[in-house]
Amino acid sequence: MSYIKCEDLVLGYEGIPVAENISFEVGKGDYLCILGENGAGKSTLMKTLLGLMPLMGGSIAYGDGLERYEIGYLPQQTFVQKDFPASVWEIVLSGALSKCGRRAFFGKEEKMLAEKNMKRMDIWELKKECYRNLSGGQQQRVLLARALCASSKLLVLDEPVTGLDPKVTAEFYQLIKDLNNEGLTVIMVSHDIDAAVRYASHVLHVEKERSFIGTAKEYVKSDFWKDIGGGIQ
Amino acid sequence: MIETLQFYLSYPFVRYALIVGTLIALCSSLLGVTLVLKRFSYIGDGLSHVAFGALAIGTIFDLTSTSVVVMPVTVAAAVLILRTGQNPKIHGDAAIAMLSVGALAIGYLVMHLFSTSANISGDVCSTLFGSTSILTLTKAEVWLCVVMSVIVVALFVFLYNRIFAVTFDENFAKATGIKTNVYNTLIAVITAVIIVLAMNLVGSLLISALVIFPALSAMRVIQNFKGVIIYSAVISVVCALLGIVLSILFSTPVGSTIVAANIVMFVLNCFVGRILRK
Repeated sequence: MSYIKCEDLVLGYEGIPVAENISFEVGKGDYLCILGENGAGKSTLMKTLLGLMPLMGGSIAYGDGLERYEIGYLPQQTFVQKDFPASVWEIVLSGALSKCGRRAFFGKEEKMLAEKNMKRMDIWELKKECYRNLSGGQQQRVLLARALCASSKLLVLDEPVTGLDPKVTAEFYQLIKDLNNEGLTVIMVSHDIDAAVRYASHVLHVEKERSFIGTAKEYVKSDFWKDIGGGIQ
Repeated sequence: MIETLQFYLSYPFVRYALIVGTLIALCSSLLGVTLVLKRFSYIGDGLSHVAFGALAIGTIFDLTSTSVVVMPVTVAAAVLILRTGQNPKIHGDAAIAMLSVGALAIGYLVMHLFSTSANISGDVCSTLFGSTSILTLTKAEVWLCVVMSVIVVALFVFLYNRIFAVTFDENFAKATGIKTNVYNTLIAVITAVIIVLAMNLVGSLLISALVIFPALSAMRVIQNFKGVIIYSAVISVVCALLGIVLSILFSTPVGSTIVAANIVMFVLNCFVGRILRK
């Protein structure tokens, strides 16, 4: 049994399907990149997996010890967050909220978890800094630490390198790869196809009627890779 | 001046005004930070107009306690506004503008057609700008306000961490299993309650100022969420007390004096914020 098993998914919103016939599995320790053209349904697929959007058809099953909400999510920066007066500590700690159950306040356990993940992301010194004053790369590390507080099993990233400069982008990809090597399962929506085939173990290429699922090595040999314009460099 | 103040404080209606003013200022500032950050400021504005319309209709039926009508109508409108705001098919801002202006117009129209009072423009003015209604509070109204404020503050304290999560990143909260819809609805309902209570203090046109100004002032200076909440509560209470006292001493309208105090505070905090950042 794998962490997530999707069968015959139909994705879309307000009753209009965007992509159909999507079946794939994500196992423990996988690094899956979801690729596809703009509007092909990458983000819709991710939002459906996270439960932010209703499923139009097919089924999603969670297994192998992964609970329904045990997902660490790194969303794209929203307009609201750019000017948000919150300290790094407050944001990271908020990731552990689902561990509180019915309790109103954070306990020692959640605080230790936040501290551990901040040290892991090398942002412990920024604890009291205000989120809006950080650089783009630092902000991503804060959100990553928050995601790790929510789940130590599965991380879902939505185009995480948008707006980062090349050096920070390379560092960020390495960080994700390191986490993956430590056993964390990664699902990343991306349009950075070269980085995807370099770092990911598996690729899911979403298109309207057909889609590709396989290892990154198989993907490079497929027609999908040519269609999306891979390997031109 | 202090003697004059002592003289006024010996009257119960002045003490009532100070108690109610402090509580309303406290509640509105607590929620204000969340509303401003979630870009929900417009909800406060829209609701205050709906409350005015409901109040006008309540008045023509000659109800002794108009909040029986105003409270449920405003709460219903809050839920409605929140729902339409989330529907991508409807332009949320336009829908709210329509609802709020519509309620304002109908309210005034109804007051004109059915009012038994000889001084309609006086009535309208006092509903819109609060003028003297805070000084004519009955004991029951004061108790209602105290009970509601205790509920609001208690809810806020116990749900603080969840409110933070929903405010900072709704999608993340939802993905990790937090029931964001419940909290959004709760925020809208509490906003409606506060607005109805605050109508006594500053009148329906000026309520948004009470919600928005303390939050914006605090956000200029403080760099963390808890600090912003606490500081905005302090600013709000200080401005409300100052505004009430000044309005008594110089016989100015209460609502606009409080808002003026908030504006001065905002400018001061802008300066302090600028100096701190250098």
